[in-house]
Amino acid sequence: MWELVKKDILLEWRTREILPALLLTGVLSLVILSFSFEPGLPSRREAAPGAFWVALWVAAVYGFGRAFVAEQHNDVWQGLLLSPLDRGALYLAKTISTFVHLLIADVVLVALFVLFFDVPLALHCWPWLLSTLLASVGLAALGTLFSAIAIRTRAREVMLPLLLVPLVVPLFLGGVEVTRRSLAGQPLGSAEAWLHLMGAFDVAAVVVGWVLFEYVVED
Amino acid sequence: MVEPRKATPLLETLLAAAAGAAMVLALGAIFLFVPTDRVQGVVQRIFYFHVPLAIVTFVAFGFTAVASALYLWRNDPKWDRRAYASAELGVLYCTLVLVTGPIWAKPIWGTWWTWDARLTTTLILWLIYIAYLMLRNLTTDPEQGARFAAILGVVGALDIPIINRSVYWWRTIHPAVLVTREGGTGLTDPRMQLTLLVAFVALLVLFLWLLKLRSSQAELEAQIGAVERALLSSA
Repeated sequence: MWELVKKDILLEWRTREILPALLLTGVLSLVILSFSFEPGLPSRREAAPGAFWVALWVAAVYGFGRAFVAEQHNDVWQGLLLSPLDRGALYLAKTISTFVHLLIADVVLVALFVLFFDVPLALHCWPWLLSTLLASVGLAALGTLFSAIAIRTRAREVMLPLLLVPLVVPLFLGGVEVTRRSLAGQPLGSAEAWLHLMGAFDVAAVVVGWVLFEYVVED
Repeated sequence: MVEPRKATPLLETLLAAAAGAAMVLALGAIFLFVPTDRVQGVVQRIFYFHVPLAIVTFVAFGFTAVASALYLWRNDPKWDRRAYASAELGVLYCTLVLVTGPIWAKPIWGTWWTWDARLTTTLILWLIYIAYLMLRNLTTDPEQGARFAAILGVVGALDIPIINRSVYWWRTIHPAVLVTREGGTGLTDPRMQLTLLVAFVALLVLFLWLLKLRSSQAELEAQIGAVERALLSSA
Protein backbone atom coordinates (compact mmCIF):
# COMPACT_ATOMS: atom_id res chain seq x y z
CA MET A 1 0.00 0.00 0.00
CA TRP A 2 2.78 2.42 0.89
CA GLU A 3 4.34 1.53 -2.42
CA LEU A 4 1.22 2.84 -4.13
CA VAL A 5 1.31 6.05 -2.13
CA LYS A 6 4.97 6.43 -3.03
CA LYS A 7 4.14 5.76 -6.68
CA ASP A 8 1.49 8.48 -6.73
CA ILE A 9 3.68 11.06 -5.06
CA LEU A 10 6.74 10.21 -7.14
CA LEU A 11 4.63 10.38 -10.29
CA GLU A 12 3.36 13.76 -9.27
CA TRP A 13 6.87 14.94 -8.47
CA ARG A 14 8.10 13.90 -11.92
CA THR A 15 5.17 14.99 -14.05
CA ARG A 16 3.84 17.84 -11.91
CA GLU A 17 0.42 17.32 -13.39
CA ILE A 18 -1.95 17.82 -10.48
CA LEU A 19 -0.29 20.13 -7.99
CA PRO A 20 0.39 23.21 -10.12
CA ALA A 21 -3.16 23.16 -11.48
CA LEU A 22 -4.58 22.63 -8.02
CA LEU A 23 -2.47 25.40 -6.50
CA LEU A 24 -3.13 27.87 -9.27
CA THR A 25 -6.90 27.43 -9.21
CA GLY A 26 -6.82 27.90 -5.46
CA VAL A 27 -4.66 31.00 -5.71
CA LEU A 28 -6.75 32.46 -8.51
CA SER A 29 -9.95 32.05 -6.54
CA LEU A 30 -8.29 33.71 -3.58
CA VAL A 31 -7.28 36.63 -5.79
CA ILE A 32 -10.76 36.99 -7.27
CA LEU A 33 -12.36 36.83 -3.86
CA SER A 34 -9.84 39.33 -2.61
CA PHE A 35 -10.95 41.75 -5.35
CA SER A 36 -14.57 41.56 -4.29
CA PHE A 37 -13.99 43.03 -0.84
CA GLU A 38 -12.92 46.62 -0.42
CA PRO A 39 -9.63 46.83 1.51
CA GLY A 40 -9.85 48.52 4.85
CA LEU A 41 -13.55 47.92 5.34
CA PRO A 42 -14.65 45.72 8.21
CA SER A 43 -16.62 43.61 5.75
CA ARG A 44 -13.32 42.38 4.36
CA ARG A 45 -12.29 40.91 7.65
CA GLU A 46 -15.72 39.37 8.15
CA ALA A 47 -15.70 37.77 4.74
CA ALA A 48 -12.17 36.43 5.09
CA PRO A 49 -13.03 33.00 6.52
CA GLY A 50 -15.53 32.44 3.72
CA ALA A 51 -12.99 33.44 1.09
CA PHE A 52 -10.42 31.04 2.47
CA TRP A 53 -12.80 28.10 2.44
CA VAL A 54 -14.11 28.79 -1.05
CA ALA A 55 -10.54 28.86 -2.34
CA LEU A 56 -9.76 25.60 -0.54
CA TRP A 57 -12.86 24.02 -2.01
CA VAL A 58 -12.03 25.05 -5.57
CA ALA A 59 -8.48 23.75 -5.24
CA ALA A 60 -9.71 20.46 -3.78
CA VAL A 61 -12.24 19.78 -6.51
CA TYR A 62 -9.68 20.42 -9.25
CA GLY A 63 -7.24 18.14 -7.50
CA PHE A 64 -9.75 15.30 -7.12
CA GLY A 65 -10.76 15.58 -10.74
CA ARG A 66 -7.22 14.62 -11.66
CA ALA A 67 -6.76 11.94 -9.00
CA PHE A 68 -7.54 8.91 -11.16
CA VAL A 69 -6.39 10.30 -14.50
CA ALA A 70 -3.02 8.56 -14.42
CA GLU A 71 -4.70 5.20 -13.87
CA GLN A 72 -6.96 5.68 -16.86
CA HIS A 73 -4.15 5.46 -19.37
CA ASN A 74 -2.54 2.20 -20.45
CA ASP A 75 -4.98 0.07 -18.44
CA VAL A 76 -3.07 0.77 -15.24
CA TRP A 77 -6.30 0.38 -13.36
CA GLN A 78 -6.89 -3.13 -14.71
CA GLY A 79 -3.39 -4.05 -13.68
CA LEU A 80 -3.91 -2.76 -10.17
CA LEU A 81 -7.18 -4.62 -9.84
CA LEU A 82 -5.56 -7.85 -11.00
CA SER A 83 -2.72 -7.52 -8.52
CA PRO A 84 -3.19 -9.40 -5.25
CA LEU A 85 -4.13 -6.25 -3.40
CA ASP A 86 -7.11 -5.58 -1.22
CA ARG A 87 -9.48 -3.02 -2.75
CA GLY A 88 -9.56 -1.25 0.57
CA ALA A 89 -5.78 -0.84 0.42
CA LEU A 90 -6.07 0.68 -3.06
CA TYR A 91 -8.57 3.14 -1.69
CA LEU A 92 -6.46 4.07 1.33
CA ALA A 93 -3.39 4.56 -0.83
CA LYS A 94 -5.25 6.90 -3.16
CA THR A 95 -6.80 8.77 -0.25
CA ILE A 96 -3.41 9.29 1.36
CA SER A 97 -1.75 10.58 -1.80
CA THR A 98 -4.74 12.87 -2.45
CA PHE A 99 -4.48 14.09 1.11
CA VAL A 100 -0.77 14.85 0.70
CA HIS A 101 -1.50 16.91 -2.42
CA LEU A 102 -4.24 18.74 -0.60
CA LEU A 103 -1.95 19.35 2.35
CA ILE A 104 0.61 21.09 0.14
CA ALA A 105 -2.19 23.21 -1.29
CA ASP A 106 -3.31 24.01 2.27
CA VAL A 107 0.11 25.33 3.19
CA VAL A 108 0.30 27.57 0.13
CA LEU A 109 -3.26 28.82 0.54
CA VAL A 110 -2.78 29.57 4.22
CA ALA A 111 0.36 31.55 3.45
CA LEU A 112 -1.29 33.54 0.65
CA PHE A 113 -4.38 34.08 2.71
CA VAL A 114 -2.32 35.59 5.52
CA LEU A 115 -0.69 37.82 2.91
CA PHE A 116 -3.79 38.94 0.98
CA PHE A 117 -6.17 39.34 3.86
CA ASP A 118 -3.61 40.70 6.30
CA VAL A 119 -4.39 38.08 8.91
CA PRO A 120 -2.34 38.30 12.08
CA LEU A 121 -0.87 34.83 12.23
CA ALA A 122 -0.44 34.05 15.89
CA LEU A 123 -0.54 31.19 18.32
CA HIS A 124 -4.29 31.49 18.78
CA CYS A 125 -4.76 30.55 15.14
CA TRP A 126 -4.13 26.87 15.77
CA PRO A 127 -7.85 25.90 15.67
CA TRP A 128 -8.04 27.40 12.20
CA LEU A 129 -5.08 25.33 11.02
CA LEU A 130 -6.45 22.24 12.72
CA SER A 131 -9.84 22.71 11.06
CA THR A 132 -8.10 23.02 7.69
CA LEU A 133 -6.29 19.78 8.36
CA LEU A 134 -9.46 17.98 9.46
CA ALA A 135 -11.42 19.23 6.47
CA SER A 136 -8.65 18.02 4.16
CA VAL A 137 -8.86 14.50 5.58
CA GLY A 138 -12.63 14.33 5.08
CA LEU A 139 -12.43 15.90 1.64
CA ALA A 140 -9.71 13.48 0.53
CA ALA A 141 -11.69 10.50 1.86
CA LEU A 142 -15.01 11.29 0.18
CA GLY A 143 -13.35 13.00 -2.78
CA THR A 144 -11.41 9.85 -3.64
CA LEU A 145 -14.50 7.67 -3.40
CA PHE A 146 -16.63 9.94 -5.55
CA SER A 147 -14.00 10.92 -8.08
CA ALA A 148 -13.58 7.21 -8.83
CA ILE A 149 -17.31 7.28 -9.58
CA ALA A 150 -17.45 10.63 -11.36
CA ILE A 151 -14.59 9.80 -13.71
CA ARG A 152 -16.67 7.02 -15.20
CA THR A 153 -19.74 9.11 -15.89
CA ARG A 154 -20.36 11.20 -18.97
CA ALA A 155 -20.19 14.64 -17.39
CA ARG A 156 -17.27 13.94 -15.10
CA GLU A 157 -16.18 17.51 -14.33
CA VAL A 158 -19.69 18.52 -13.33
CA MET A 159 -20.55 15.30 -11.58
CA LEU A 160 -17.87 15.43 -8.89
CA PRO A 161 -18.82 18.75 -7.26
CA LEU A 162 -22.48 17.85 -7.65
CA LEU A 163 -21.95 14.67 -5.65
CA LEU A 164 -19.49 16.09 -3.19
CA VAL A 165 -20.84 19.52 -2.17
CA PRO A 166 -23.99 18.43 -0.33
CA LEU A 167 -22.16 15.62 1.44
CA VAL A 168 -19.31 17.70 2.85
CA VAL A 169 -21.47 20.56 4.12
CA PRO A 170 -20.57 19.79 7.77
CA LEU A 171 -16.85 20.22 7.05
CA PHE A 172 -17.36 23.65 5.54
CA LEU A 173 -19.79 24.89 8.15
CA GLY A 174 -17.39 23.72 10.84
CA GLY A 175 -14.38 25.14 9.05
CA VAL A 176 -15.91 28.57 8.57
CA GLU A 177 -17.14 28.77 12.16
CA VAL A 178 -13.83 27.70 13.68
CA THR A 179 -11.88 30.00 11.37
CA ARG A 180 -14.06 32.98 12.22
CA ARG A 181 -13.57 32.57 15.95
CA SER A 182 -9.95 31.68 15.66
CA LEU A 183 -9.01 34.66 13.48
CA ALA A 184 -10.95 37.03 15.69
CA GLY A 185 -8.85 35.78 18.58
CA GLN A 186 -11.93 34.65 20.47
CA PRO A 187 -11.71 31.70 22.84
CA LEU A 188 -12.75 28.51 21.16
CA GLY A 189 -15.67 27.85 23.50
CA SER A 190 -18.55 26.12 21.76
CA ALA A 191 -16.58 25.99 18.51
CA GLU A 192 -14.55 23.18 20.03
CA ALA A 193 -17.52 20.92 19.38
CA TRP A 194 -17.09 21.68 15.66
CA LEU A 195 -13.62 20.22 15.71
CA HIS A 196 -14.97 17.06 17.32
CA LEU A 197 -17.71 16.89 14.71
CA MET A 198 -15.21 17.32 11.88
CA GLY A 199 -13.00 14.63 13.38
CA ALA A 200 -15.96 12.25 13.66
CA PHE A 201 -16.92 13.07 10.08
CA ASP A 202 -13.39 12.20 8.93
CA VAL A 203 -13.40 8.83 10.69
CA ALA A 204 -16.82 8.01 9.25
CA ALA A 205 -15.80 9.15 5.76
CA VAL A 206 -12.63 7.02 5.71
CA VAL A 207 -14.43 3.92 7.01
CA VAL A 208 -17.35 4.30 4.60
CA GLY A 209 -15.02 4.93 1.66
CA TRP A 210 -12.86 1.96 2.59
CA VAL A 211 -15.89 -0.36 2.79
CA LEU A 212 -17.70 0.91 -0.32
CA PHE A 213 -14.75 1.40 -2.67
CA GLU A 214 -14.94 -2.28 -3.56
CA TYR A 215 -18.31 -1.67 -5.21
CA VAL A 216 -16.98 1.26 -7.21
CA VAL A 217 -14.22 -0.65 -8.93
CA GLU A 218 -16.00 -4.00 -9.26
CA ASP A 219 -16.59 -4.71 -12.96
CA MET B 1 -38.12 -16.69 -20.07
CA VAL B 2 -40.29 -13.65 -19.56
CA GLU B 3 -43.47 -14.19 -17.63
CA PRO B 4 -46.52 -12.45 -19.04
CA ARG B 5 -47.75 -9.84 -16.61
CA LYS B 6 -51.34 -9.74 -15.42
CA ALA B 7 -53.34 -6.71 -16.55
CA THR B 8 -53.07 -4.86 -13.23
CA PRO B 9 -52.05 -6.63 -10.04
CA LEU B 10 -54.66 -6.52 -7.29
CA LEU B 11 -52.32 -4.70 -4.93
CA GLU B 12 -51.87 -1.82 -7.34
CA THR B 13 -55.62 -1.45 -7.84
CA LEU B 14 -56.22 -1.49 -4.11
CA LEU B 15 -53.49 1.05 -3.43
CA ALA B 16 -54.77 3.32 -6.18
CA ALA B 17 -58.32 3.18 -4.83
CA ALA B 18 -57.14 3.78 -1.27
CA ALA B 19 -54.91 6.68 -2.32
CA GLY B 20 -57.75 8.28 -4.28
CA ALA B 21 -60.28 7.89 -1.47
CA ALA B 22 -57.88 9.11 1.20
CA MET B 23 -56.92 12.10 -0.91
CA VAL B 24 -60.56 13.13 -1.38
CA LEU B 25 -61.10 12.76 2.37
CA ALA B 26 -57.96 14.74 3.15
CA LEU B 27 -58.87 17.59 0.82
CA GLY B 28 -62.40 17.66 2.23
CA ALA B 29 -61.05 17.74 5.76
CA ILE B 30 -58.53 20.47 4.99
CA PHE B 31 -60.90 22.80 3.18
CA LEU B 32 -64.29 22.06 4.78
CA PHE B 33 -63.89 20.32 8.09
CA VAL B 34 -60.91 21.70 9.97
CA PRO B 35 -61.30 25.07 11.74
CA THR B 36 -59.20 28.00 10.60
CA ASP B 37 -56.21 28.75 12.80
CA ARG B 38 -56.98 31.74 14.99
CA VAL B 39 -53.52 33.30 14.79
CA GLN B 40 -52.26 32.38 11.35
CA GLY B 41 -55.48 32.32 9.36
CA VAL B 42 -56.21 30.37 6.20
CA VAL B 43 -52.59 29.91 5.17
CA GLN B 44 -52.08 27.52 8.08
CA ARG B 45 -54.10 24.92 6.15
CA ILE B 46 -51.09 24.24 3.94
CA PHE B 47 -49.51 22.71 7.04
CA TYR B 48 -51.72 19.60 6.61
CA PHE B 49 -49.92 18.88 3.36
CA HIS B 50 -46.52 20.27 4.21
CA VAL B 51 -45.81 18.16 7.28
CA PRO B 52 -47.01 14.79 5.88
CA LEU B 53 -45.06 15.49 2.70
CA ALA B 54 -41.93 16.06 4.78
CA ILE B 55 -42.43 12.86 6.78
CA VAL B 56 -43.01 10.79 3.65
CA THR B 57 -39.89 12.38 2.11
CA PHE B 58 -37.87 10.92 4.97
CA VAL B 59 -39.63 7.58 4.56
CA ALA B 60 -38.79 7.59 0.85
CA PHE B 61 -35.10 8.44 1.27
CA GLY B 62 -34.82 6.02 4.17
CA PHE B 63 -36.25 3.30 1.96
CA THR B 64 -33.82 4.25 -0.81
CA ALA B 65 -30.91 3.84 1.61
CA VAL B 66 -32.09 0.43 2.83
CA ALA B 67 -32.85 -0.79 -0.69
CA SER B 68 -29.45 0.51 -1.89
CA ALA B 69 -27.65 -1.37 0.85
CA LEU B 70 -29.61 -4.52 0.02
CA TYR B 71 -28.74 -4.11 -3.65
CA LEU B 72 -25.02 -3.83 -2.91
CA TRP B 73 -25.24 -6.82 -0.62
CA ARG B 74 -27.49 -9.16 -2.62
CA ASN B 75 -26.81 -7.80 -6.10
CA ASP B 76 -30.48 -8.26 -6.97
CA PRO B 77 -31.74 -5.69 -9.54
CA LYS B 78 -35.15 -5.78 -7.88
CA TRP B 79 -33.76 -3.75 -4.97
CA ASP B 80 -32.09 -1.32 -7.29
CA ARG B 81 -35.39 -0.61 -9.06
CA ARG B 82 -37.09 -0.04 -5.72
CA ALA B 83 -34.32 2.27 -4.54
CA TYR B 84 -34.51 4.26 -7.76
CA ALA B 85 -38.30 4.55 -7.69
CA SER B 86 -38.23 5.62 -4.07
CA ALA B 87 -35.52 8.21 -4.72
CA GLU B 88 -37.52 9.70 -7.59
CA LEU B 89 -40.64 9.97 -5.46
CA GLY B 90 -38.58 11.29 -2.56
CA VAL B 91 -37.30 14.10 -4.77
CA LEU B 92 -40.87 14.82 -5.87
CA TYR B 93 -42.14 14.95 -2.29
CA CYS B 94 -39.12 16.92 -1.13
CA THR B 95 -39.69 19.46 -3.92
CA LEU B 96 -43.27 19.85 -2.76
CA VAL B 97 -42.05 20.37 0.80
CA LEU B 98 -39.72 23.09 -0.43
CA VAL B 99 -42.57 24.69 -2.38
CA THR B 100 -45.27 24.54 0.28
CA GLY B 101 -42.89 25.73 3.02
CA PRO B 102 -42.13 29.17 1.55
CA ILE B 103 -45.79 29.71 0.63
CA TRP B 104 -46.53 29.43 4.34
CA ALA B 105 -43.38 31.24 5.46
CA LYS B 106 -43.92 34.39 3.40
CA PRO B 107 -47.03 35.62 5.23
CA ILE B 108 -46.06 34.15 8.63
CA TRP B 109 -42.31 34.77 8.86
CA GLY B 110 -42.33 37.62 6.38
CA THR B 111 -39.72 35.92 4.19
CA TRP B 112 -39.73 33.06 1.72
CA TRP B 113 -36.61 31.44 3.03
CA THR B 114 -34.43 31.47 6.11
CA TRP B 115 -31.36 29.39 6.90
CA ASP B 116 -33.03 27.60 9.73
CA ALA B 117 -31.66 24.15 10.57
CA ARG B 118 -34.66 22.25 9.24
CA LEU B 119 -34.83 24.23 6.04
CA THR B 120 -31.13 23.82 5.40
CA THR B 121 -31.22 20.07 6.04
CA THR B 122 -34.16 19.65 3.69
CA LEU B 123 -32.44 21.63 0.97
CA ILE B 124 -29.23 19.62 1.28
CA LEU B 125 -31.24 16.40 1.29
CA TRP B 126 -32.88 17.53 -1.93
CA LEU B 127 -29.49 18.34 -3.49
CA ILE B 128 -28.07 14.92 -2.56
CA TYR B 129 -30.91 13.07 -4.25
CA ILE B 130 -30.93 15.36 -7.28
CA ALA B 131 -27.30 14.30 -7.67
CA TYR B 132 -28.46 10.69 -7.21
CA LEU B 133 -30.89 11.01 -10.13
CA MET B 134 -28.31 12.77 -12.30
CA LEU B 135 -25.73 10.11 -11.55
CA ARG B 136 -28.09 7.46 -12.89
CA ASN B 137 -28.73 9.41 -16.05
CA LEU B 138 -25.09 10.16 -16.72
CA THR B 139 -23.61 6.67 -16.54
CA THR B 140 -23.17 4.71 -19.72
CA ASP B 141 -23.51 1.24 -18.25
CA PRO B 142 -26.85 0.85 -16.42
CA GLU B 143 -25.52 -1.78 -14.03
CA GLN B 144 -22.60 0.45 -13.12
CA GLY B 145 -25.00 3.37 -12.70
CA ALA B 146 -27.09 1.29 -10.33
CA ARG B 147 -24.04 0.46 -8.22
CA PHE B 148 -22.80 4.04 -8.14
CA ALA B 149 -26.22 5.33 -7.19
CA ALA B 150 -26.51 2.70 -4.45
CA ILE B 151 -23.20 3.90 -2.99
CA LEU B 152 -24.50 7.46 -2.95
CA GLY B 153 -27.78 6.24 -1.44
CA VAL B 154 -25.88 4.64 1.46
CA VAL B 155 -23.37 7.47 1.99
CA GLY B 156 -26.14 10.07 1.81
CA ALA B 157 -28.21 8.34 4.46
CA LEU B 158 -25.22 8.02 6.79
CA ASP B 159 -24.32 11.65 6.21
CA ILE B 160 -27.74 13.12 6.94
CA PRO B 161 -27.54 12.88 10.76
CA ILE B 162 -24.16 14.66 10.70
CA ILE B 163 -25.46 17.32 8.31
CA ASN B 164 -28.50 17.86 10.46
CA ARG B 165 -26.34 18.19 13.58
CA SER B 166 -24.03 20.65 11.89
CA VAL B 167 -26.71 22.95 10.47
CA TYR B 168 -28.45 22.88 13.82
CA TRP B 169 -25.31 24.08 15.58
CA TRP B 170 -24.63 26.57 12.85
CA ARG B 171 -27.96 28.22 13.46
CA THR B 172 -27.91 28.04 17.22
CA ILE B 173 -24.45 29.60 17.38
CA HIS B 174 -25.80 32.50 15.36
CA PRO B 175 -28.59 34.69 16.67
CA ALA B 176 -31.95 33.66 15.21
CA VAL B 177 -33.09 36.18 12.63
CA LEU B 178 -36.70 35.15 12.99
CA VAL B 179 -38.30 34.34 16.27
CA THR B 180 -40.89 31.88 15.03
CA ARG B 181 -39.57 28.36 14.98
CA GLU B 182 -42.53 26.10 14.37
CA GLY B 183 -45.99 26.44 12.92
CA GLY B 184 -48.05 27.72 15.79
CA THR B 185 -48.47 26.48 19.32
CA GLY B 186 -49.13 22.83 18.58
CA LEU B 187 -52.34 21.25 17.43
CA THR B 188 -54.69 21.36 20.38
CA ASP B 189 -57.93 21.01 18.43
CA PRO B 190 -58.76 17.31 17.86
CA ARG B 191 -60.19 18.20 14.44
CA MET B 192 -56.78 19.53 13.44
CA GLN B 193 -55.09 16.35 14.65
CA LEU B 194 -57.55 14.22 12.71
CA THR B 195 -57.07 16.24 9.53
CA LEU B 196 -53.31 15.93 9.82
CA LEU B 197 -53.62 12.18 10.27
CA VAL B 198 -55.92 11.78 7.26
CA ALA B 199 -53.63 13.89 5.07
CA PHE B 200 -50.64 11.86 6.23
CA VAL B 201 -52.35 8.58 5.38
CA ALA B 202 -53.41 9.94 1.98
CA LEU B 203 -49.91 11.07 1.05
CA LEU B 204 -48.31 7.89 2.39
CA VAL B 205 -50.66 5.59 0.47
CA LEU B 206 -50.16 7.72 -2.63
CA PHE B 207 -46.41 7.25 -2.20
CA LEU B 208 -46.75 3.49 -1.79
CA TRP B 209 -48.93 3.23 -4.86
CA LEU B 210 -46.58 5.31 -7.01
CA LEU B 211 -43.62 3.33 -5.67
CA LYS B 212 -45.26 0.08 -6.67
CA LEU B 213 -46.21 1.48 -10.05
CA ARG B 214 -42.77 2.88 -10.79
CA SER B 215 -40.97 -0.27 -9.66
CA SER B 216 -43.10 -2.50 -11.87
CA GLN B 217 -42.63 -0.08 -14.75
CA ALA B 218 -38.85 -0.29 -14.30
CA GLU B 219 -39.16 -4.06 -14.18
CA LEU B 220 -41.06 -4.06 -17.48
CA GLU B 221 -38.38 -1.84 -18.95
CA ALA B 222 -35.74 -4.34 -17.88
CA GLN B 223 -37.76 -7.20 -19.41
CA ILE B 224 -38.18 -5.33 -22.67
CA GLY B 225 -34.46 -4.66 -22.67
CA ALA B 226 -33.78 -8.37 -22.16
CA VAL B 227 -36.11 -9.33 -25.02
CA GLU B 228 -34.53 -6.70 -27.23
CA ARG B 229 -31.05 -8.02 -26.56
CA ALA B 230 -32.20 -11.62 -27.13
CA LEU B 231 -33.75 -10.65 -30.45
CA LEU B 232 -30.69 -8.71 -31.53
CA SER B 233 -28.32 -11.54 -30.71
CA SER B 234 -30.49 -14.13 -32.50
CA ALA B 235 -30.90 -11.98 -35.58
